[in-house]
Amino acid sequence: MKPILEVQNISKKFLIQHQQLPYLSFRDKLSSLFSSKEATEEFWALRDVSFNIQPGESVGIIGRNGAGKSTLLKILSRITPPTNGRITVRGRIASLLEVGTGFHQELTGRENIFMNGSILGMKHSEIKAKFDEIVDFSGTEKFLDTPLKHYSSGMQLRLAFAVAAHLEPEILIIDEVLAVGDAEFQKKCLGKMETVNRSGKTILFVSHNMAAVGNLCKRAILLDKGKLLREGPITEIIHEYQVAANGANSYEWSPKSPGNSAAYLNKVALNLRGTQPNYTLTVKSNIVSQSAHKDLFIAYDISNSVGIPILQAIPQLQPFIKFSDAGQTIETEIELPPMIPDQYKVSVWIGAHNADTMCWEKEVVAFEISESPAKGRNFPHSHNNGFIVPNSRIING
Amino acid sequence: MNEPYTETIIEPANRLSFNFKELWSYRELFYFFTWRDIKVKYKQTVLGVFWVMLQPLFMMLIFTFFFGQRLGVKTEGIPYPVFAFSGLILWNFFSSSVTNAGNSMVLNAPIIKKIYFPRLIIPLSSVLASLVDLVVALMLFILFLFFYPVTINALELVIFWPLAFALSLVGAVGLGCWLAALMIKYRDFRFVVSFVMQVAFFLTPIVYPVSRGSLSVLEYILALNPMYAAITLFRIPMTTDVVDPILIAISICSSFLSLLLGLNYFRKTELFFADLA
Repeated sequence: MKPILEVQNISKKFLIQHQQLPYLSFRDKLSSLFSSKEATEEFWALRDVSFNIQPGESVGIIGRNGAGKSTLLKILSRITPPTNGRITVRGRIASLLEVGTGFHQELTGRENIFMNGSILGMKHSEIKAKFDEIVDFSGTEKFLDTPLKHYSSGMQLRLAFAVAAHLEPEILIIDEVLAVGDAEFQKKCLGKMETVNRSGKTILFVSHNMAAVGNLCKRAILLDKGKLLREGPITEIIHEYQVAANGANSYEWSPKSPGNSAAYLNKVALNLRGTQPNYTLTVKSNIVSQSAHKDLFIAYDISNSVGIPILQAIPQLQPFIKFSDAGQTIETEIELPPMIPDQYKVSVWIGAHNADTMCWEKEVVAFEISESPAKGRNFPHSHNNGFIVPNSRIING
Repeated sequence: MNEPYTETIIEPANRLSFNFKELWSYRELFYFFTWRDIKVKYKQTVLGVFWVMLQPLFMMLIFTFFFGQRLGVKTEGIPYPVFAFSGLILWNFFSSSVTNAGNSMVLNAPIIKKIYFPRLIIPLSSVLASLVDLVVALMLFILFLFFYPVTINALELVIFWPLAFALSLVGAVGLGCWLAALMIKYRDFRFVVSFVMQVAFFLTPIVYPVSRGSLSVLEYILALNPMYAAITLFRIPMTTDVVDPILIAISICSSFLSLLLGLNYFRKTELFFADLA
């Protein structure tokens, strides 16, 4: 059987223009005629990536931020052309990112179903045939002839997803961005993925959530800095990614300018060690005093990928950081509770007491947890069910 | 689905011409975009599509009063109201389609960034939506001709009206696509368009005859306007005045040149719209 997707030596180059405005204007163009040549830098978002996907396969695309996953998806959905290489697609590609594209606030629900369906690539006859099903799925039959602007955002999302869910593409691309949205939306998306998977469609799954990838896919592709690092069975690739990720789970941050507070945070370094459920986070904060100040203490907040605070670590309850213009490094060890896979961000606070903040640097360093705290769990954790997974057991069995 | 799959090749941007076959395969989307543009335009209006008739009608009445009666503008061989009405109908189509097509790519940027389809559909459907307006306005004009004492040459009408519509369409598509692509890159053109359209209104024989029969250099320059030929040809069945074939030819050439250049510029920038928008 011919592969449903053949990716041959795909590369994508971007020219990064420093100090580039979001869009050009004539004035900029004119003024750049007189100024010296702007510094442009070549950046290869993808470099010589090749792989094949067979019909019915579910393949995970794994990689750290900036590995080229999004660029690959953009090229696959033909939004942007590759710089080199060739891709052969044998079938219709749809991406769940396209949900709701082309919705118009002035059109009614009924009209939007047709418009959106058509933009997503459905034929008129196809939309007609599935119309009742779509309306049923969305649960908006009462408002079919009401302009979309009077819908609640939840209703709009339901309608959008209902259309996308009835698209029946040969290849479905699922991006991790999907993980946001309300609980119902997430549940529906996950349910849809499983049905699509069972129906033998080809799936490309892009995610940071290793548990979800492990559950949905049998094979995976590991991207790193635009290059295809490895391709193989899912368990091997996930292992390789995690090994690489653990090594990389140490980050450093420095402020752009010292700031004008009496004491400021000069540097934060972070390191994550261990395995679930015994992760230890070590944070080294370097504090420099610029002028006389009271004794201070330090605290860390840890929030999830969408910015919801999850943990607060207060290593020392009494102010202890004395004035020191040479700078001092406070090393803190935080024992993390079992947490679900996500990217967590650390904020650092220094102050004399609760109402007397000296310096509060928000979400300066991040670490990633990719392993599920519940051993053997092979389906993704939902953000809506909580982030900390305490040890639990049945005691009457 | 039992349909056989379609094979798509994704390659670097080096296409030399428009893929008209692909454009044809997207005809349903083309229809939906046009349909949406028409629908949205008249949402929450009481009179709806009647505005298309009322606009040229009132403008014709105003210009007839000031230009025709007060200033006594000479429109040889054709009554002033017929002269103004015919010019206004075609000009309204041209200016609204060029303006809408020009803005269309920027307005639809959220869609362009997420989904692939031949980008040309967007400005073309804007022009097509304006064409529907033209048809509606034309019906009022035909009704008007029945009641207004003017002799019409039926044979000339069958020949020159379709020609006039085709020429306006060619000019509108060419300029519209060119502007749509330019506007994605330089938002400045949003301001340029409305200004140029206002000036062009008075440089086109819409409410007064621009040419005076003396073939000066200025007249040749004015004939570069694609709408010069379209409007002049449109009036032939109702007038006894003779038209100048050289000026018409210049205008027709300019129409087709703008179509070629416009489409070519659009094609060249099309692939990078998603990165620019």
